[in-house]
Amino acid sequence: MGRVWTFLTATRGSARLHWTDWFSYGYLTLGIFLMFGPVVWLLISSFKTEADLQRFPPTLLPYAQQTVELEGYDEPLPLFLMTAGEYEGATLAQLRRVGNRAQMVDPLNPGERLQVNIANREPVEEFSLATENYTSLFERFNFLRFFWNSTFITVMATALMLLVNSMAAFALSKYEFRGRTAVLLMVVGTLMIPQTVVLVPLFLIVTELGMFNSLWGVIIPGAATPTGVFLLRQYMITIPDEILDAARMDKASEWKIFWRIIIPLSAPAIAVLAILAIMWRWNDFLWPLIVLTRTENFTLQLALNSFQGELQTDWSSILAMTVLTLLPISLVFMFLQKYIATGIASTGGK
Amino acid sequence: MLQIISPIMRVIEVPMLALQRMLGTNKIAWVFLLPNLILFGLFAFLPVILNVFYAMTGGDNVLLEARPFVGAQNFGTLTECDNFLDPNTCREDKFWRAVWNTCWFVVLQVGFMVGFSLLTAIILNRDIRARGFFRSVFFFPVLLSPVVVALIWKWILQREGVLNAFLDWTGVGGYNWLVDANWAFTWAVFISVWAHMGFYTLILLAGLQAIPRDVYEAAMMDRANPWRTFRRITLPLLSPTMLVVVVLALIKGVQTFDEVYAFTGGGPGTATTFIIQYIYEEGFAGAPRLFGLAAAASLLVAGVLVVLTLIQLWINRRNVDG
Repeated sequence: MGRVWTFLTATRGSARLHWTDWFSYGYLTLGIFLMFGPVVWLLISSFKTEADLQRFPPTLLPYAQQTVELEGYDEPLPLFLMTAGEYEGATLAQLRRVGNRAQMVDPLNPGERLQVNIANREPVEEFSLATENYTSLFERFNFLRFFWNSTFITVMATALMLLVNSMAAFALSKYEFRGRTAVLLMVVGTLMIPQTVVLVPLFLIVTELGMFNSLWGVIIPGAATPTGVFLLRQYMITIPDEILDAARMDKASEWKIFWRIIIPLSAPAIAVLAILAIMWRWNDFLWPLIVLTRTENFTLQLALNSFQGELQTDWSSILAMTVLTLLPISLVFMFLQKYIATGIASTGGK
Repeated sequence: MLQIISPIMRVIEVPMLALQRMLGTNKIAWVFLLPNLILFGLFAFLPVILNVFYAMTGGDNVLLEARPFVGAQNFGTLTECDNFLDPNTCREDKFWRAVWNTCWFVVLQVGFMVGFSLLTAIILNRDIRARGFFRSVFFFPVLLSPVVVALIWKWILQREGVLNAFLDWTGVGGYNWLVDANWAFTWAVFISVWAHMGFYTLILLAGLQAIPRDVYEAAMMDRANPWRTFRRITLPLLSPTMLVVVVLALIKGVQTFDEVYAFTGGGPGTATTFIIQYIYEEGFAGAPRLFGLAAAASLLVAGVLVVLTLIQLWINRRNVDG
């Protein structure tokens, strides 16, 4: 323990911690609590039974009432500990409850039926994970369908975006042709037109192309992004022209140069863009909300949003679904967080 | 992966080679550009032009040929107001409520977010243990989808949620937060700051790390106190990055929709209805789909965004040159 303390309080040279050090560590501890806390609370809550979720004040860990299976009864019976009265100290199973009286039975002596006041007992609870919150998602809702829609959109949009943007970046970084400046200016121009301000005409175009209520209506409009072109172009400029010239001497076609030389050499930039694209598409909300109106086309985000409207009280399903929605992105983050951080810092976001 | 991609690339090579023979090595660049240009044209530039047409036509049909020309009527409807500061005196009062909500929201959200991002970045820039870990802690919420952010906080803030349980326990007493207009708005600002501050922290941290160490060593030699060092060294040297962050945050703040829509649905009443939600509801969610009104409102937002983006590009350019 002493060692841990020395480790934690070690500072640059000075013997004692300055108050700013205390403040920094206090702030960071609060940060962990505030940034991770809500997500952890969501995770814990998603394993609580509906009855446990209704409890106020809530318990930290998920608990469920213990039950016992007795011969002669189809359903498992809930167990109670008697706190007062004639049977104080005994653990009894409830058969049925009428008003404030309950008909109970002693599991050790199932023949005899006992009448007790419900004020004299409390439920016997144990730690238990309500995994049925998750399994019921697959039974009650078309969860796999939403998952598939989200995955399909994310994968196809990312692949299309990488191909189209890297082709454009290649042309803009490795060729001298008339009109290059004009094209570059045009790419800058599109920076000023986020989807949010052209929703109506975009809706018309997508409808006219027959992509309304089709996953392609979400995939294709997002494929060309100025950010992607800029990021890749910036990287491709650093690839020396001599490599290209050498390949041309060997009679390689321009396309071959593109995908056998340029693409492998730009892999780091492409990886960063891929991660960003996956994040954007998986979390996309407004445009899918407009294009996809039929339930079978919903992405996870749309399904989650519509269920929170419909199932106001069914928190157990909503929480489990929320966890499953944030899980893929969190896993990507855990493994690739270094790239994500540099990627986002270098592009300045979308 | 490669097994799928290689054959596709080989198939594309055949027409590309033919084109290369036809056009020559240099003009093939246009072929590489073509898919991107088509997408930009179809889904970015054409919509901008069409948006103007929509803004000048009425009716609820999405097809342009079925829409009667009304000139500036949509803009007239939006701006028919006795007093612009009081939405109740406006014909399209919801629009003005959304406009003022957005203004307030952007000011508060950008202010708090930049403030907290700066504080976090400065602390993360100190000689602290496990810096990488703490950086990811603050960055983590950026990855969460808006709907997930909204639901996480809805679950915490609900009447019988964990926050109220805590407040009951401390004796302050719980509250039905999202039913109260002012509190719903406050929490909307809060969750938005919570969800996005990690992103700006990262940019500011990069800016701080670019400040040369010897400047601080010189200040220490002169026995400048920490506050003075911050005011006279850190802030001036960080100001280009700060400008980028503020403008970026403004651009995104104006377009806030997803997380607040999933969080409060714009309510209670119109307390958290912002401008993009107004556009969405007029154009896509209401019974008569007022595309004209939605497009007119979009044009006004686009105007604001163009100005902000030009400022951003100008700053970037100045930062690169300087």
